[in-house]
Amino acid sequence: MEPIRQFRARTVAMPQANIDTDQIIPARFLRTTVRAGLGEKLFADWRYAADGAPRPEFALNQAAAAGCEVLVAGRNFGCGSSREHAPWALLDYGFRAVISTEIADIFRSNSLKNGLLPIVVDETSAAWLLANPGCELLVDLEGSHVLLPGGRAVPFQIERFARYCLLNGVDELGYLRSQEAAIARYERRNQA
Amino acid sequence: MKTMFQKIWERHEVVPETADTPAVLYIDLHLVHEVTSPQAFTMLRAQQLRVRRPELTLATMDHSTPTRTAQVFGGAPITVESAAQQIGELEKNCAQYGVELFDLRHRLRGIVHIVGPELGLTQPGKTVVCGDSHTSTHGAFGALAFGIGTTEVAHVLATQCLLQRRAKTFAISVGGRLAAGVTAKDLILAIIGRTGVGGGTGHVLEYRGEAVRALDMEQRMTVCNMSIEAGARAGLIAPDDTTFEYLAGRPCAPSGSAWDDAVAGWRSLGSDPGAVFDRELALDGSALEPMITYGTNPGMVMPISGTIPSQPDDLEFGKALAYMGFEAGAPIRNQPVNVVFLGSCTNGRLSDLRAAASVLRGHRVARGVQLLVVPGSQQVKAAAEAEGLDRVFIEAGGEWRESGCSMCIGMNGDNVGAGQVSVSTSNRNFEGRQGRGARTLLASPLTAAASAVRGQVTDPRELLNG
Repeated sequence: MEPIRQFRARTVAMPQANIDTDQIIPARFLRTTVRAGLGEKLFADWRYAADGAPRPEFALNQAAAAGCEVLVAGRNFGCGSSREHAPWALLDYGFRAVISTEIADIFRSNSLKNGLLPIVVDETSAAWLLANPGCELLVDLEGSHVLLPGGRAVPFQIERFARYCLLNGVDELGYLRSQEAAIARYERRNQA
Repeated sequence: MKTMFQKIWERHEVVPETADTPAVLYIDLHLVHEVTSPQAFTMLRAQQLRVRRPELTLATMDHSTPTRTAQVFGGAPITVESAAQQIGELEKNCAQYGVELFDLRHRLRGIVHIVGPELGLTQPGKTVVCGDSHTSTHGAFGALAFGIGTTEVAHVLATQCLLQRRAKTFAISVGGRLAAGVTAKDLILAIIGRTGVGGGTGHVLEYRGEAVRALDMEQRMTVCNMSIEAGARAGLIAPDDTTFEYLAGRPCAPSGSAWDDAVAGWRSLGSDPGAVFDRELALDGSALEPMITYGTNPGMVMPISGTIPSQPDDLEFGKALAYMGFEAGAPIRNQPVNVVFLGSCTNGRLSDLRAAASVLRGHRVARGVQLLVVPGSQQVKAAAEAEGLDRVFIEAGGEWRESGCSMCIGMNGDNVGAGQVSVSTSNRNFEGRQGRGARTLLASPLTAAASAVRGQVTDPRELLNG
């Protein structure tokens, strides 16, 4: 994975709370054996009418959303299933971060493993971001803050080890494999 | 004084967590299915890794598999071509990596969370993971069981371990006894109504209290199954004699003196008296009535005798009601129903089918209602047929299928049509979950069966009382 330190990006807002993984990527698109190509199915049932035509009222279909790489969403984003296809679809579409006041556990874990930043911010900052879609942010993982257009820094926390892996482009599986001696010892001790 | 979660966690720490690094947690049982595993095997292949403990890994196929007998056993082609490819990929991966697989025609195949318990593989004190959020089901045995993503599936395949931070604990105590016609499904829906769909985020739930102790194992699985719908990755119930009676004699449960040793250990697994939880919630089980959802997440739930709530200032609430075609203030009872689905990892076990059959026996489903009955596993199917439940469903006008996730997730061609109202025993009523535009009402097998008979949302107590 490429290291992530900081990047500038514009936002698109989806204020709805509890956006679940069935909306992010409907189940019928999970019948795939690869990761690639899910971006065009992202939010498929909100993005396209039944005949496949884009729904103009949907946030991602508006001209201002083109090129936006940060999704600002309502509380409890990513609830529901464990499908890693959800962060795969967001990344394939072009998103690099999701900002909310609350992000569901499994979705957050899956996002960190793929380089999609799950950023939890305070209510006031989230409300401002939802009210000001299209603004340009500096997302600074190294400094653990998001810099708003006025220059105000909004702090966020990412679990320390995941942050280290993201900053350095380290694969967590490599770290787990380096624990082989401890794993073997555990198995001997527990007859596992 | 420790909680059950702490005890299981500490016994599985290969390397304890530090400020800088998560714990390395050992996994005792890894369940695999066709939808969330192909990319994990691809990761192994790319790094030339083997499956470290194939004997602690079991694969089945359930999510995208057909339920029509002709497609499972009759040689008819699987109509969903991409599903057929996914099934083929799992067969290839399991053969290459030496993982036992219950393939499409296997007599032990079924929904992954039904198969583990019925084989006795799910045991108290174990850590159990699967690339599926309803892995929380296995917590009914006092196993720490949670859903993982596909990258983590690869981690467990390669190392039998996961990197995890310790979760917080959340005790949910249910006093009293559930009334007749009120089931475990109604209990967990009521709990989610209280916590909301994000209320359990970051926590492991522990269900306790008289009403929980009185539940049988299949009902306990229904409760733990939907922990994730409260946002919690795992739910736990302390093992007791009910647990041990269920496990005794199952093919993968310990036997002989090993059984006695195991039970002795399991008895001390529950949370110590006085153990402190990060959060607590108490409710009175005896005050509950059958519950049903009216909106587009499982937290939008109400007693069946009530009227659909009103939140005039909440645009999202209005959007959810518009999707469902409901009006605030209207009773949920007597709303017309098009489809009834009996099945899923939530309510696809034998006792669920018996409950539904007890309502349907001697009745026919209302004109125009589709009743789809999908047993949770091939073993559940065989057991149900042995006692004639299949005849009850067929004579009532229902369809009796081979096992799988089916209409809970709608990946296999079993879908609810756009605009149609489904009363479903499954676990998610998200927009489009059962098919694009489908309107899902989550309820118990009793409520679903009663609603099939009347063709409208029906309190099952009306039929049970004659």
